[in-house]
Amino acid sequence: MGKVLMKGNEVIAEAAVQAGCKYFFGYPITPQSELVAYMARRLPEVGGLFLQAESEIAAINMVYGAAGTGVRVMTSSSSPGFSLKQEGISYLVGSELPAVVVNVVRGGPGLGNIQPAQSDYFQVTKGGGHGDYNIPVLAPASLQEIVELTSEAFDIADRYRTPVILMGDGMLGQMMEPVEFGERNESELPEKKWATTGTRGDGAPKIITSLELNAEALEQRNHKLQQKFARIKENEVRYETYKIDDADYIIVAFGTVARIALNAINKARQQGLKVGLIRPISLWPFPEKPFFETRDRVKGYIAVEMSAGQMVEDVRLAVNGHAAVDFFGRTGGVVPTQEEIYQKLLSVSGGITV
Amino acid sequence: MTMKTVFTKTNGLTDNPTHYCPGCTHGIIHRLVAEVLEEMDILENTIGVASVGCSVLSYEYFNCDMTQAAHGRAPAVATGVKRVLPDRFVFTYQGDGDLASIGISEVIHAAARGEKITVIFVNNAIYGMTGGQMAPTTLIGQKTATTPFGRDESIQGSPIKVCEMLATLDGTAYIERASAHDVQHIQKAKRAIRKAFEAQKNGLGFSMVEILSTCPTNWGLDPYESLEWVKDNMIPAYPLGVYKNKQGGN
Amino acid sequence: MLEEIIIAGFGGQGVMSMGQLIAYAGMLEGKGVSWLPSYGPEQRGGTANCSVVVSDEPVGSPLVTSPSTAIVLNNPSFEKFEHRVRPGGLLISNSSLVTRASKRCDIEIIEITATDMASDLGNTRVANMILLGAYLGFTKVVTCDSIIESLKKVLPEEKHHLIEVNKQALNKGASMIPVIGQS
Repeated sequence: MGKVLMKGNEVIAEAAVQAGCKYFFGYPITPQSELVAYMARRLPEVGGLFLQAESEIAAINMVYGAAGTGVRVMTSSSSPGFSLKQEGISYLVGSELPAVVVNVVRGGPGLGNIQPAQSDYFQVTKGGGHGDYNIPVLAPASLQEIVELTSEAFDIADRYRTPVILMGDGMLGQMMEPVEFGERNESELPEKKWATTGTRGDGAPKIITSLELNAEALEQRNHKLQQKFARIKENEVRYETYKIDDADYIIVAFGTVARIALNAINKARQQGLKVGLIRPISLWPFPEKPFFETRDRVKGYIAVEMSAGQMVEDVRLAVNGHAAVDFFGRTGGVVPTQEEIYQKLLSVSGGITV
Repeated sequence: MTMKTVFTKTNGLTDNPTHYCPGCTHGIIHRLVAEVLEEMDILENTIGVASVGCSVLSYEYFNCDMTQAAHGRAPAVATGVKRVLPDRFVFTYQGDGDLASIGISEVIHAAARGEKITVIFVNNAIYGMTGGQMAPTTLIGQKTATTPFGRDESIQGSPIKVCEMLATLDGTAYIERASAHDVQHIQKAKRAIRKAFEAQKNGLGFSMVEILSTCPTNWGLDPYESLEWVKDNMIPAYPLGVYKNKQGGN
Repeated sequence: MLEEIIIAGFGGQGVMSMGQLIAYAGMLEGKGVSWLPSYGPEQRGGTANCSVVVSDEPVGSPLVTSPSTAIVLNNPSFEKFEHRVRPGGLLISNSSLVTRASKRCDIEIIEITATDMASDLGNTRVANMILLGAYLGFTKVVTCDSIIESLKKVLPEEKHHLIEVNKQALNKGASMIPVIGQS
């Protein structure tokens, strides 16, 4: 299959189908509605099922029910709708059910607007719902990367029995780029012996629950969850770097913003400014290693985000005082321009001295 | 002399002792559902969905695969299970706070879609587990922790009659309201549950049995008085009977 | 080569499909491409616009703020984007509907009465293709053949009879360039 020109939202949907996801429960919200519509058309072709739920709350609970039977299942939304899914996501974590949940982020808070934003970073990386938990979050920057990461999201979900969040923004969802759907790497995954499909001579009934009334027992269960999160932190960190070896300053950006930053970096390099990029691909677990490796030799980092400054907190934790950490962000659906980022670079670095 | 076995505990229930209060009819209703599953020989092909409320632990008692849902969301969870496994039996077991208040949207839409699931709706006109607060089903004048002067229609509105409401939806196949306050009605309730599961078996659509139940603890009555209270106060407000029957027969 | 284009006009003038055709044709020619629409309520009336990037390299930012080319199909779009064209860039306007003329001296300006010309071809809806033809005739970012190839792939079978008139419009636009002159 050659390259095709597709919209980001549609790429997420097709990549999910190709990853073996046959069940989708959704609810329309801009700017991710194309994903829902694509699934409605596409899933019947592969013998799957699309159902439009009455709300985001119902959709995530349908996902919970379907995930409990052991199938690959997905839902998607955008910020306000994603907030509504938090209850269900917390239950998925507590009951250890695998699923992929997509957030095509838009401007907030409240109803906000429908323009691109990254202001749900805290929500997706620091919990979001109630209880002590983390969820793997993958943030693609291009449509081709969506293809890879959607597939990996399902694998991670199955490998660790956890929901996984795929986070994009309105720009990524709406844009078109050439993509190619190649052969998927089938990874070896544990059998879903825990699924509730009717006992059918299989022995004792199985129970899927997040309830544990005994405090010590719940603490034990939480320890087990924390051990799982530690394994994910160990194995599932993803990031990309660009020209950081000789860099004096490193921009830290994820998703579409990283692409805009890349243009600014190239312009700065042409002017003789030594600038590089760290692009976290997994937002949780946050990639600390490239910071540990660079923080004692660079002059500073600049986090660039479509938010008032959220990921920058994780950058500060990773840098831990070893170097200066600056921030540039636009909010409310305003996308930072290449020129703005370039100007920020100039002001932080003290300009070009040639 | 050999003894003849005339009654055994159904295999549809586990051996776990229930946590329900003395005089609560949850235990009876559990048994009725379990007996129906056993008699229809579908225990091994059934997935039950427990809700939030006093019956939150029902997954400990039903001897089939069970999943536990968030408050009010059981019909959505059941939808997810049934849509993946259309040849299995799926039921929810929900109280009136769970189903008629926080979960009213989920149950209405599951019914409207004609989800082929069976909802066991236990209505005792109060929130039990949280300590006796007003439910949407609380009767006018009934005192609860949050209606200390009695439910006042001008303030809290009037009770929701779920059977009557859902029966208006085309997706529903079998809707009946029964009661667990005496032997005769308990037997009737079991027949209703059987019909609901048969409607599911025949793929006719959404089925629900509402069963009027007691809450001696939060009503402040003893078990016997509670049964009387169901008969004298609840049945007049919630008339028993079949509200929808797509498969015909009695 | 790095071409960053903004195409803007009323919803229904075909600005989105113009952009998609350029991106599609660029992809067929093995170039790096991206297409990004404005979306939401502003699509309903007012100006709809899209950013298109065509490059010899993989595309960095898909968002165009200072375009190398702006193609404007109505007055609101002219007002919004005329000043954003970068010095040395190109402004193409549909002068059938754009009543204002640019006073900028640091950019190339091409004015084409595209809607009138499309009307002469018997289909006002191909005004966009006339402008696209002129754009490609001037910049040669992709070939008209690649655009026709793309049309064949993008249009459903039952609409393939429209390819001919689109082709005519494209060629007509391209043929305007020597007339206008590449001053």
